[in-house]
Amino acid sequence: MNDWTTKVKFRTAGDHGLVVEFADIICADINQIVKQLTKYLNDQQLKGLIEVVPTYRSVTVYFDPLIITRPQLSNYVSEILSGIKHFKESLPSRVVYVPVCYSGVMGPDLEFVARYTGLLPNEVVKLHTSKPYLVYMLGFTPGFPYLGGLPEQISVPRQEKPRTKIPAGSVGIGGNQTGFYTIESPGEWWLIGRTPIKAFNPLSPNPFLVSAGDYLHFTEITIEEYFIIRRAIEAGTYQLEVSYLQDGDSNDYNHSTRGFYNNPR
Amino acid sequence: MITTIQQGVFTTIQDEGRWGYQAYGMPIAGAMDRYAYRVSNMLVGNSSNAAVMEMTAVGGVFKFDSDNIAAICGADMQATLNGKPIHNWSSFLVPKNSELKFGQAQAGYRCYFSIRGGIDVPKVLGSRATCSRAVVGGHEGRALRQGDVLRIGRDIFYEVHPHIMDSQYVPLYADQIELRVILGPQENMFSDKAINILFTSSYKITEKSDRLGYSLKGPKVFPIGKADIVSDAMCKGAIQIAANGLPFIMGADHQTTGGFAKIGWVIWGDLPKLGQARPGDVVRFKPVTEDAAVEVLRNEQHCYAKIVEMCNVNRQK
Repeated sequence: MNDWTTKVKFRTAGDHGLVVEFADIICADINQIVKQLTKYLNDQQLKGLIEVVPTYRSVTVYFDPLIITRPQLSNYVSEILSGIKHFKESLPSRVVYVPVCYSGVMGPDLEFVARYTGLLPNEVVKLHTSKPYLVYMLGFTPGFPYLGGLPEQISVPRQEKPRTKIPAGSVGIGGNQTGFYTIESPGEWWLIGRTPIKAFNPLSPNPFLVSAGDYLHFTEITIEEYFIIRRAIEAGTYQLEVSYLQDGDSNDYNHSTRGFYNNPR
Repeated sequence: MITTIQQGVFTTIQDEGRWGYQAYGMPIAGAMDRYAYRVSNMLVGNSSNAAVMEMTAVGGVFKFDSDNIAAICGADMQATLNGKPIHNWSSFLVPKNSELKFGQAQAGYRCYFSIRGGIDVPKVLGSRATCSRAVVGGHEGRALRQGDVLRIGRDIFYEVHPHIMDSQYVPLYADQIELRVILGPQENMFSDKAINILFTSSYKITEKSDRLGYSLKGPKVFPIGKADIVSDAMCKGAIQIAANGLPFIMGADHQTTGGFAKIGWVIWGDLPKLGQARPGDVVRFKPVTEDAAVEVLRNEQHCYAKIVEMCNVNRQK
């Protein structure tokens, strides 16, 4: 992780955007730098900075050029980066547990994925719930997490013909990616389950389930539990399960729960 | 209160937009034509982020149950108040029980209708802007429908009298527009020849254009290698080149990240002009320096200061 500083590129995204690009690959170490720069910029509240968008391998900073010029902003970011270079400690990551019902109508393509991969449906589920996935970034639709780390054994090429309407909460696999649809949208992933959890709840004090840099861990629930949780979410009483881990150390879970839908941060 | 008698083709509540949540995949939304939106608020003395109606192509019919001051700016939709024509780019009195009717856009594409106090819908993540794709903001997260009733808010900044905007502040909408562009962030994925094609060709805005963005038809601009990139951020004005080699310009309801190369970015100062372009209109791109782009923004700010001075009765000399 020590050669990234020499590869940083500053790119132009119109008169309002600066792209700080670290690489053109998907890699957890690079994403950790993205996370750190984003945190620094958000903490500093620099005048003229509009907002900061972390992605897989770059940070885009939107700014008001009438308040801060591009050279000023670039210098400022360079200074932060030289600080991060000496920053040894990685930030702890939040792990958010997402309960998923994989059975019957909730996972219409589970049988197909099992046949394609030569596994039994319950083996697909076991692998899918076997580890936390890094949230590299959010995009596509509000709250939609781009996850990394799907076990290779359950990777399946995307569907050639996208479904035009996929219900919110549908959990899918497409290529080496997995995740869940946060609002009803079209999509090409194979649908293996559904979660009652809302990735995006505009009326909640914490409207988004996860942030870039968090981890998301799917857990299996029955269809009865699915409806119990759904009712609890509607009533505002559901307690989201959350734990913390140091990056790169997925064994050291520090379990805790935090109310996602009813307690302000 | 305002009652929707007819909703028009696509009428939404908009403001400055929902800034600050792109990191969570939330589009900014907000008015497609920032200039007409802001001037409509200035004409009625609203504070700067007040919500207005944005009507597209064909406007609606609305009824009022109280006396108000309202304004219309942007596309000329031949508005009439109780059958009497209303001057576009003006503020006017709307008496109780009157009916305001909008027709088809004669020039431009989007008309902004503001009312003193703003339209009072609940703020979602700090904004009243509708993003219908995400079912967020505005009136129930969607375009208006017949029968929808809207409350009037209290986003008032200064006192006004009915006023017709000085013609020097009224833009003319043409069916051929020139958009100034700053190259990047992935301009290095295109050959000089490809970039030259972008800047010397005419593109037609297709029917598949809406608040999400403008899909263009014309000479293709292919990248040197693959068209896709490791997804990165984008917002209003980004010119993405999809796998088919055709440019797509992001609108207000843009996706916050995208997986295709962005050859360039329309300058902020030209986004209002783009917001008034309609399907079938012709777009040409022209490279500009960043300094020139910032100068355009500075001039726009200067116009706003002048317009507020003209509209605010307490600051008139």
